[in-house]
Amino acid sequence: MTATLFFIQALNGLQFGLILFLIAAGLTLVFGVMDFINLAHGVQYMVGAYLVAAFSAWTGSFGWGLLLALPTALAFGLLLEVLVFRHLYDRDHLEQVLATFGIILFLNQSVKFIWGAAPLSVPVPEVMSGSVEIMDGLLYPVYRMAIIAAGLVVAALLYLVVSHTRVGMLVRAGATNASMVSALGINIRRLFMIVFGFGAMLAGFAGAMVAPILSVQPGMGDNILILAFVVIVIGGIGSIRGAFLAALLIGLVDTLGRSFMPNLLRLVLDPSAASQTGRAIAPMLIYIFMAAVLFFRPSGLFPAKR
Amino acid sequence: MAELTQARAPSMSSAVARFDPLPVFIFAMFAAAPFLASTSGAEGYVLSLLTRVMIFGLAAMSLDLILGYGALVSFGHAAFFGIGAYTVGIMASHGVEDALIQVPVALAASAFFAAVTGAISLRTKGVYFIMITLAFAQMLYFLASSLAAYGGDDGLTLSTRSLVAGSDFLENDFALYGTTLACLLGAYMLSRSIVKSRFGRVLRGTKENTVRMEAIGFQPLPFQLTAYVISGMMAGLAGCLLANQAEFVSPAFMTWQRSGELIFMVVLGGLGSLHGAIIGAAVFLLLEEFLPEILHAASFFLNDELRSRLSENWQMVFGPILILIVLFARGGVLGFIRRGSHG
Repeated sequence: MTATLFFIQALNGLQFGLILFLIAAGLTLVFGVMDFINLAHGVQYMVGAYLVAAFSAWTGSFGWGLLLALPTALAFGLLLEVLVFRHLYDRDHLEQVLATFGIILFLNQSVKFIWGAAPLSVPVPEVMSGSVEIMDGLLYPVYRMAIIAAGLVVAALLYLVVSHTRVGMLVRAGATNASMVSALGINIRRLFMIVFGFGAMLAGFAGAMVAPILSVQPGMGDNILILAFVVIVIGGIGSIRGAFLAALLIGLVDTLGRSFMPNLLRLVLDPSAASQTGRAIAPMLIYIFMAAVLFFRPSGLFPAKR
Repeated sequence: MAELTQARAPSMSSAVARFDPLPVFIFAMFAAAPFLASTSGAEGYVLSLLTRVMIFGLAAMSLDLILGYGALVSFGHAAFFGIGAYTVGIMASHGVEDALIQVPVALAASAFFAAVTGAISLRTKGVYFIMITLAFAQMLYFLASSLAAYGGDDGLTLSTRSLVAGSDFLENDFALYGTTLACLLGAYMLSRSIVKSRFGRVLRGTKENTVRMEAIGFQPLPFQLTAYVISGMMAGLAGCLLANQAEFVSPAFMTWQRSGELIFMVVLGGLGSLHGAIIGAAVFLLLEEFLPEILHAASFFLNDELRSRLSENWQMVFGPILILIVLFARGGVLGFIRRGSHG
């Protein structure tokens, strides 16, 4: 019984980790290439979820909704870049934090203005609504399997693009030393716009994928943004590989911690105290983990900058 | 080194010699406000709003001490707010209601938290520092949310404000206002003397060029850590006051959005001036309070339904204002005043 539960929670952790990776990938590149703190990355995730909710209600199908939502999320990301972000590259981190904080306030309220404060729900697509038996007596929803598969496919594609194409090479070079890339005659601004647009689209994709299993509501990106920051800081800013490993670690540690911490503590404490401290410690685990990583490696596990 | 001190000397002496009337004016306004409030008819409302302004001013000023003078962008300053507030709340729920015990405990707790997290955070630089301070604040936030015995997510209502040496004079809004003003003034004078001292000059030196400070024989870490602890204690004091003002504590006091607001207040008022942070807090809270009404009045040309929707969604205007201030108003309100007075 516990083994089954453990397996299910591990799958949930993996799924959560992959979603985190989709968000963190764009964030870490934007951070790495342009040294730009984008707090508004979490609202891109929210916008993705709202777009898919709106489009799938309009077309009546989740698939079409997703297909329409992705280019819209990309266009929206590029629009934000042109309107706000490109004016902030030369500013210091403090000003970037503030301006993007303003965007969060604005967009959270805007979705409330357009769609109302009540959470929207997106139905799970018909073909993926069932569960599948993975092992003996172990049922797992097909849709969550689909998220895991989609996350792995996107991660693999991203790996191919970043490590085996010209644009990917420029992105890696930009994360290591942006001014040198610029000095070699590459238009770093345009490179950044591409990175930014696709980062926004990936975050939007993550939001769209989780829309059927979470409720779509204003502010849904705020907490996941912080987790994405934890991921990229642990992984090392600018490193896709670091972000991938850290995202999976964080996903697993958080999910497993929340379900098993009380049980683990029961070994050393009495049951009621164990469940109380367990529930208190579990949400703090990833932050403790992050502090520990930064204590021993102040620039993350796989720092891109040298 | 001789060159360095010579280069600095003129700006130092002019900063000391020039008397700035603005802080005096600010504190005079705060001191006069209760008398004006009692003629306004909405005395309770005005007093509680201004008390909040001063409390947030105190917290923002404490942040300015490390942000403006040490360039340490702490994105978790609301955690100290929470420590101060929860110390008051938790001790009160166990029957310890005297501020003379609560406040020292809160200050000690803030100092302890600042010392431990500061020692870890200050090993990192730049973006990593921003993120790790954020992470520590999130830890406390989740800890507070999970304290089922003290209200968990919903928070904890105080049955009464803190006593002072057994007397309950803080129940009077005027007394609370006066106490808050005294705390703010005390913290301001302390911060001002810290900034002027040798310690403050070293801190500013580490802000401008850490390598050079090391080269002339100063280890930045002890200075930065001390400043971080002092700043955390001041914000903890603000937390104690906030708990008493609201008669309520909740994890919402230390969300990361709250930390962001504190940074914004400091920048809005003008970085690295101490009283700028107080102005920033005042402008921020007053905007938050009155922007809905301003919007309602300004949109007289729209129909009623749109007008009420607009004032309900005032944050849609507030966000862009924030962005515009960052993009165009360098130096915040103080920068604006300074530019004005120089023609």
